[in-house]
Amino acid sequence: MGLELYLDLLSQPCRAIYIFARKNGIPFELRIVELLKGQHLSDAFTQVNSMNKVPALKDGDFILTESVAILLYLTRKYKVSDHWYPQDLQACARVDEYLAWQHTTLRRNCLRTLWHKVMIPIFLSEPVPPETLAATLAELEVTLQLLEDKFLQDKPFLTGPHISLADLMAITELMHPVGTGYQVFEGRPRLAAWRQRIEAAVGEDLFNEAHEVILKVKDTPPADPTSKQKLMPRVLSMIQ
Amino acid sequence: MGLELFLDLLSQPSRAVYIFAKKNRIPFELRTVDLLKGQLVSKEFLQVNRFQKIPVLKDGDFVLAESVAILIYLSLKYQTEAHWYPTDIQTRARVHEYLGWHADCIRGTFGVLLWARVLAPLIGAQVPEEKVGHNRTSMDQALQQLEDKFLGDRPFLVSNQVTLADLMALEELMQPVAVGYDLFEGRPRLAAWRTRVEAFLGAELFQEAHSRILNILEQMANKTIPVPPPEAHPTMLKRIARIT
Ligand SMILES: N[C@@H](CCC(=O)N[C@@H](CS)C(=O)NCC(=O)O)C(=O)O
Ligand SMILES: N[C@@H](CCC(=O)N[C@@H](CS)C(=O)NCC(=O)O)C(=O)O
Repeated sequence: MGLELYLDLLSQPCRAIYIFARKNGIPFELRIVELLKGQHLSDAFTQVNSMNKVPALKDGDFILTESVAILLYLTRKYKVSDHWYPQDLQACARVDEYLAWQHTTLRRNCLRTLWHKVMIPIFLSEPVPPETLAATLAELEVTLQLLEDKFLQDKPFLTGPHISLADLMAITELMHPVGTGYQVFEGRPRLAAWRQRIEAAVGEDLFNEAHEVILKVKDTPPADPTSKQKLMPRVLSMIQ
Repeated sequence: MGLELFLDLLSQPSRAVYIFAKKNRIPFELRTVDLLKGQLVSKEFLQVNRFQKIPVLKDGDFVLAESVAILIYLSLKYQTEAHWYPTDIQTRARVHEYLGWHADCIRGTFGVLLWARVLAPLIGAQVPEEKVGHNRTSMDQALQQLEDKFLGDRPFLVSNQVTLADLMALEELMQPVAVGYDLFEGRPRLAAWRTRVEAFLGAELFQEAHSRILNILEQMANKTIPVPPPEAHPTMLKRIARIT
């Protein structure tokens, strides 16, 4: 068996991996794991990742989780163009710096925005308290400012003149709040221009295909009782 | 100017960088950024680091934040022994897999007790005991996964030798230990792992790197601990507010 990728395009790091693999012509079997149906909690998927999270990669007997690890593995194994993760020591360190930074910042804020604006109302049939939502969005704003001022600055891409893994991880995050209807790019011309450059670099069709699910997330019907029950502990942990 | 490292050995990622540089005999100037004295928000440090966080590396004009990025940069630049950051594609992927999980489940969780017991009280703030209890549950869950999913029956977290993963993990785990939660007790596999990592690093280096954090409670009791100046409070309070 060749390379298998376990993904749900609802998840932002899954989109980054999907775009990366497609863009670089890496052959893989797509194994969809639908989070909203609780498929990540199934016995079959638990065999793949006992921590029940997507993304996951299976390459023969080798199973790997964690988006950053998967992207770096694919980068090395398939010898993709240098700009994704440069050989140059300092350029590479810049990508590593972003990849380490995002976990507790952009990742957290974009995920919480999606949950607080869309997912929790779907599961609990009531909105989150307005002060919780306001705090989440305020934190998101701070992080967006850091992304613009400290990473992007006046460069074409986050870590230099060319697109890298950092840009892919960042843009797929930002499309989370975009999917909820939050105006991420309004009043941020530098970030907006950067988004255009990424779309052009990966190709508009691929970009749109990867984001189809998240851009329709607001139309998600109310959760059915079985999925609701399966996912409730996770849902409740997202309100904290 | 050669290599400069901006650190405070109270901070767990700072210690990982410090130990790595020392153990590998990488020559550097130590620039202490004393968190308790509010030096993180000082003008001098602001000029160095655009994020106002430690650790930070400065190599000539090149400034780099984030412990993981710093450790990888040092391993590549100084060609440290391959076991730290293995060249084998699958083993290296395992190091990154650990570091990704670490960012979600270890980082942010194991520092909380120091905030609750020392840093918050120092500036007149409080972490509710209910949150401390919740944090304890999160730590115990993470420790279980660390033991079962990562360590397993191996001597070290991802391979038969010490990697960056072991260093990052141990430094986080030492944080609650220093403030009274000996999480190695009742976890013989993790305790044996700690002993192996410590032995590899050498007792002397280990002690030197941890003396500041291991003395913190005593300093607190003797009231010899500096009280952070008011300008340091806003960022500290923000951190405290994020504790769940
Ligand atoms: N740090 C991990 C995060 C993985 C993660 O949290 N995945 C989410 C989807 S974005 C998931 O599978 N959640 C299911 C759950 O936690 O129950 C990575 O970057 O791969
Ligand atoms: N992900 C960063 C975390 C750095 C970090 O949070 N450092 C803390 C000390 S342990 C700090 O400088 N905090 C100051 C602040 O957040 O204002 C790394 O691993 O280097």
